Amino acid sequence: MAHILEVRNLVKNYGSVEILKDINVSIESGEFLVLVGPSGCGKSTLLNCIAGLEPINAGEIIIAGRNMKGVSPKDRDIAMVFQSYALYPTMTVARNITFGMKVRGVDAATQQAKLAEVARQLQIEPLLNRRPGQLSGGQRQRVAMGRALVRDPKLFLFDEPLSNLDAKLRVEMRIEIKRLHQDLGASMVYVTHDQIEAMTLATKIVVMKDGQVQQIGTPSEIYNRPANLFVADFMGSPAMNLLPARTIRNGSGTQIEIARDGEEPLILRDHWSPDLPEKVIMGLRPEDIAEAGYRSGEKVQTATCKVELVELAGADTYVVSRLGGKEVTARFHAETQARPGQSLEFAFDLAKVSYFDPDTGQRLN
Amino acid sequence: MTDITSENTGRPLAHAVRNILLRWLLLALLGLFALYYLMPLFVMLTTSLKSLEEIRTGSLVALPREVTFDAWAKAWSGACTGIQCEGVRPFFWNSILLAVPAVFLSTLFGAVNGYVIAHWRFRGSNLIFSLMLFGCFIPFQVVLLPMARVLGIMGLAGTIPGLIFVHVVYGLGFTTLFFRNYYVTIPQELVKAAKIDGAGFFRIFWSIFLPLSLPIVVVTVIWQFTQIWNDFLFGVSFSQSGTQPVTVALNNIVNSTTGVKEYNVDMAAAIIAALPTMLVYVIAGKYFIRGLTAGSVKG
Repeated sequence: MAHILEVRNLVKNYGSVEILKDINVSIESGEFLVLVGPSGCGKSTLLNCIAGLEPINAGEIIIAGRNMKGVSPKDRDIAMVFQSYALYPTMTVARNITFGMKVRGVDAATQQAKLAEVARQLQIEPLLNRRPGQLSGGQRQRVAMGRALVRDPKLFLFDEPLSNLDAKLRVEMRIEIKRLHQDLGASMVYVTHDQIEAMTLATKIVVMKDGQVQQIGTPSEIYNRPANLFVADFMGSPAMNLLPARTIRNGSGTQIEIARDGEEPLILRDHWSPDLPEKVIMGLRPEDIAEAGYRSGEKVQTATCKVELVELAGADTYVVSRLGGKEVTARFHAETQARPGQSLEFAFDLAKVSYFDPDTGQRLN
Repeated sequence: MTDITSENTGRPLAHAVRNILLRWLLLALLGLFALYYLMPLFVMLTTSLKSLEEIRTGSLVALPREVTFDAWAKAWSGACTGIQCEGVRPFFWNSILLAVPAVFLSTLFGAVNGYVIAHWRFRGSNLIFSLMLFGCFIPFQVVLLPMARVLGIMGLAGTIPGLIFVHVVYGLGFTTLFFRNYYVTIPQELVKAAKIDGAGFFRIFWSIFLPLSLPIVVVTVIWQFTQIWNDFLFGVSFSQSGTQPVTVALNNIVNSTTGVKEYNVDMAAAIIAALPTMLVYVIAGKYFIRGLTAGSVKG
């Protein structure tokens, strides 16, 4: 399959400040790429560069095989949905959606036909004669999507389109966007700072920080095999437990030792991982630590830990303990009897354990 | 909420009385100020409706015993400005010929300038904006001589187009400032969306920015119209007989008396000269307040 978008060695500066440093990203036709990272990481700038709204200082952007150097935004065969929706306030919904076609000189009959089709698809037919000011947030969002859909572009760009919506609507619209992607088979690039949006929507995630790509991969790769400490900490909620540990090699394998305040260190055995340096940071997701007896498997080991806090989250209960000087969150089942102050057997499942170099932050296994 | 009601039920009557008293005090004060500002207009209006005989014998603030519009007729078409005795009518027409295009052009250019400075930033655009702002603070007197030179070179000296040019140039600082400050509240994303839709510089201005601009256009038009209509210094400096605006004519009427000073004609002429600006305020005044206080444009 052909690449629909290729970004090669892209560099973007504002004055002497490097905003994007040597970015390389590509997506295939039909992929849903999510750019995720904390605010100020350059993800929105990258999107604007792809759209041609920001000039780039070096590198290449290729959309559907065409080099975009010197190509203006309107000729890139893209459509974009903005965070503030950017609907034209003085135009009706219908005119908002058809404005682009009008500018390009599409004949009136085609405009009306396309408008009707998109309005039906997004169920905004009753709104066509209203102005943006008379719409709710969710309705504006739909109109903004309609304006993008009506172009039938090679590539859709979304710039944090859900961040102005309340939590419930955000989930609804997220599902709707996912459905649109499936129905249309369109290629999309989506910017968000919300890692749950990234996980649920993407077929491919790019995690960014300080203008650099940290990791590119499928949601499952990003989640299960984070490339460095930043990705491990950023993706997932509650965050991955990152515990400073010491490794001791002996005959049968590696012994992992995690210090505890005023107690014997916690010792886990890992016979499966490759050679590790003496000092590591061990990463375990909350769901990989369970109440003893509720998890089985070859790599499950139990140890007694003291419960500090119990957080009810409905479907699960999060139990906070302390290991290696850090808070450790474990995901217990909802009906657990764990109480603060109690000492309890915890089950540590090392099947998906990650190890990181404490100095470089890079993944070791 | 409960706190306030419990306090109210304690002494409801005293509270109500105090509120009413305060309200009346406020109204009285406002009435006083209004009276103070309306007094001169009252004197002008009554004087213009009296005959010269009555002015000489009667009191300044008295109502006219016999209402006569003779002074108005004379001011409009018969009063002498120097040796010419055609009233303010030809000069009033000059002022319209001058003010309408000057207001239109300075507002239009101000809108385009503001649009560029707010949304199409280029290297040095901030410097240019600062220089334009600086232009707002240059006193009229300073530009008189250089402007006279420029008008001479352009061959516009003493003509109405020359005066229009002066007012457009002098007004640009203010109109640009007004529009720029209004347009920076319009989200940048709107421009981006329009660019992706394929609209160019003028298309975006015309289809998206201008329709949003009514409040600020009203503010600018009122401001510019008042400035240009009421201007005397540029009018007296850069015009010659035949192209003088109404303000200059008014001055000439008041100053060129033969024998008795015709206060009623002077007053009528002054009111005629002030009428258009008053009219603009009455028609567009509520938009003026709204425009001055208009915040961000919700998209």
